[in-house]
Amino acid sequence: MLPWLPENISTYGGDIDYLFKLIFVITTIVFFAVQIALVVFLFKYRAQPGRKATYTHGNNVLEIGWTIAPSIILVFLAVMSRATWDEIRAEIPPVDVTVRVNAKQFNWDIIYPGPDGMFETEDDLTIENELNVPVDKVVKLELTSKDVIHSFFIPVMRFKQDMMPGRQIDGWFKATKTGEFEIPCAELCGFGHSGMLGYLKVHSAQDYAAWVAKRWPQ
Amino acid sequence: MSEAAAAHGHEHEHHEGGFVSTYLFSMDHKMIGKQFLLLSLFMMIIGGVLALMVRWQLAYPEEPVPGMAWVPEPYLYEGIIPPETYNMLFTMHATIMIFFVVIPILVGAFGNFLIPLMIGTRDMAFPVLNMLSFWIAALAGVIMVSSFFVEGGASAGGWTAYAPLSAAEVYTGVGLGQDLWIISLVVLGISSMMGSINYITTIINMRAPGMTMFRMPLVIWSLFITAILLLLALPELTAAMAMLLFDRRFGTSFFLPETGGEPILWQHLFWFFGHPEVYILILPGMGVASEILAVFSRKPIFGYRAMAMAMIAIAFLGWVVWGHHMFQSGMNPTMGMAFMTTTMVIAVPSAIKTFNWLGTLWGGSITFQTPMLHALAFVSMFVIGGLSGIFMAATPVDIFIHDTYFIVGHIHYVVFGGSVFAIFGAVSYWFPKMYGRMMNETLGKIHFFGTLIFFNITFFPMHIIGVGGHMRRIYNPLQYEFLEPLQHWNEIMTIGAIGLGLFQIVFAVNFFYSMFAGEKAPQNPWNANTLEWEAPTPPPHGNFVEIPTVYRGPYEYSVPGEKEDWLPQAQPGAGVAAAH
Repeated sequence: MLPWLPENISTYGGDIDYLFKLIFVITTIVFFAVQIALVVFLFKYRAQPGRKATYTHGNNVLEIGWTIAPSIILVFLAVMSRATWDEIRAEIPPVDVTVRVNAKQFNWDIIYPGPDGMFETEDDLTIENELNVPVDKVVKLELTSKDVIHSFFIPVMRFKQDMMPGRQIDGWFKATKTGEFEIPCAELCGFGHSGMLGYLKVHSAQDYAAWVAKRWPQ
Repeated sequence: MSEAAAAHGHEHEHHEGGFVSTYLFSMDHKMIGKQFLLLSLFMMIIGGVLALMVRWQLAYPEEPVPGMAWVPEPYLYEGIIPPETYNMLFTMHATIMIFFVVIPILVGAFGNFLIPLMIGTRDMAFPVLNMLSFWIAALAGVIMVSSFFVEGGASAGGWTAYAPLSAAEVYTGVGLGQDLWIISLVVLGISSMMGSINYITTIINMRAPGMTMFRMPLVIWSLFITAILLLLALPELTAAMAMLLFDRRFGTSFFLPETGGEPILWQHLFWFFGHPEVYILILPGMGVASEILAVFSRKPIFGYRAMAMAMIAIAFLGWVVWGHHMFQSGMNPTMGMAFMTTTMVIAVPSAIKTFNWLGTLWGGSITFQTPMLHALAFVSMFVIGGLSGIFMAATPVDIFIHDTYFIVGHIHYVVFGGSVFAIFGAVSYWFPKMYGRMMNETLGKIHFFGTLIFFNITFFPMHIIGVGGHMRRIYNPLQYEFLEPLQHWNEIMTIGAIGLGLFQIVFAVNFFYSMFAGEKAPQNPWNANTLEWEAPTPPPHGNFVEIPTVYRGPYEYSVPGEKEDWLPQAQPGAGVAAAH
């Protein structure tokens, strides 16, 4: 399944993909173990003349064993997940660039604070569906919505966050690669949900400076 | 109670009622069960056609659906599905399949048919309530289907009806249709409450002499626990639905943020019902599979008590996992941690059950009639659905796969691979007792293998495109560059879905042909131990000639020293006294 995972260009995406692969390996082993056991049993214990089924109501040792084993694996996975979850969601690292995204049916309004670094001032700039960020910098997103729930999804960044009308939810990422990538909406938001699409433009440091200079000429 | 029930039973036994009291307003639990079955199978056709249209659009976006050119505007434009209609299609597909197919078949049809027969009583505790529960469910079905025909069409806000999308007409253009959706589910909630009170009362009070709780068949345990979950979960959904309706029509603001409401409240309320709901869908299937596996392995169920306890554990834990649907909702990340932990824990009882089913097969003397094939498919497919759930439970992985086709694949492996295979197993297993005739074995096997193969072609690739990031509920995947390499999967899945649909015709033919012209069924065609096979075939009003006495647990197969390889619960004699 894993060749289908999109490219990862996020600093924490590797940790998500690692967990994904770990769970994939564990579940694949369990999957084959159970399905093979099933098929073997069906063949080996098919009804045959002269053989009677084994009369047993269970086996406590076995049953305790297959209660404890999955418990241990699942607790282990929960502990592993916790570290990555905290890294991504618990606290935002020192922020380099802040951008506000206000979703509405069916566009992303991307709001840049301008040179003063403050929102709701004169030098704010709103661009529809185009998120420009520098590479290798921590980008904080302030996510809000004007109408219904949307979800800001950047597959290559392993970023997804629902946007709730009436509240601001902060998220962050740090891109490791320049380029242009799609930002679809991942939460049903009405008849135009499909095709609600923006673009993430990750610039090199120089390109980003040039982009800023062009947008806010001195 | 048993005397009163007996008297009640005899009263009806000797004079046949007219058509209306026998087939329409029957108070006989068996007829009510069959009514639920037929109504739900009919609804399954509607839900299936909706699904096929969704699949068509995903594989061949904005091309006319074959054979649908007659559908008038604005639903379709010369067979082409517009986005508004597309959203209705998947919303109503899910709503109908969950609320009007899977629950009414497993709980309404088999709950009704099996509970009195398998615990050894003549009818439900409240026969009038039982009849009303069917007709109220039918009314809910009529309201739901009628919502297609009002101005603005049916609900298009997803079966989860997330507010504010669902809470104001302006966001979807759906007006009365969404109100009818809400009202229908409120009405259905009334029906389900009547049914569950009836089941719980009957199981607690009306078991045959000797039928202790731990001698009950596991399918009765599963229905008992399901009834408790329904009784507690549905009223909560009803309350949430009332709030939503008030927001839409009466100017309240529970979920609308601009006037002080809180959209995330809807999600908490919905999933507090919605997660127990998932177990309502799967627990009876687990019970059905347990019955069939034991009978066709000729072996006692492995770890009977552990099986019952695992279901009880699920019934408790099922109430504290709802937040795992909301990891990306903006809920406090610390709560995400808590819900991840409970979710990991609830996987354990499901694992126990799977291993115990394998243990039941181990050392058995297995035969492969149609009911057994479906029960085996249930186990095999449920394993996939269970394992894929672990990915979503891990909060960081969920960031990526949340709201993608991965979750759509997961739910279909649980609800189709699990519940629907259990339904087919249950229909073929109990058909002889329901209709007095056997289903055709050849047609049964053709249907089974066709369904199994096309089911996997239809649903397995959903995991793959989910891993590729394919969002759920999108109208046209071709609008996205990053989804282009995945599009051929959409075509494969659609071909699979068409095949899956066609093979259901085999089932329908077998079902109706066998009902009227199948081979006459003996009283106990599978040599099974449980009490329903003590009743004449088909059982008369009142079920048993004489109420049986229960001497042992339900799964005494291949007992050493016995001449036959089954030892019915009602056969007198020492036999094996305890379940263990």
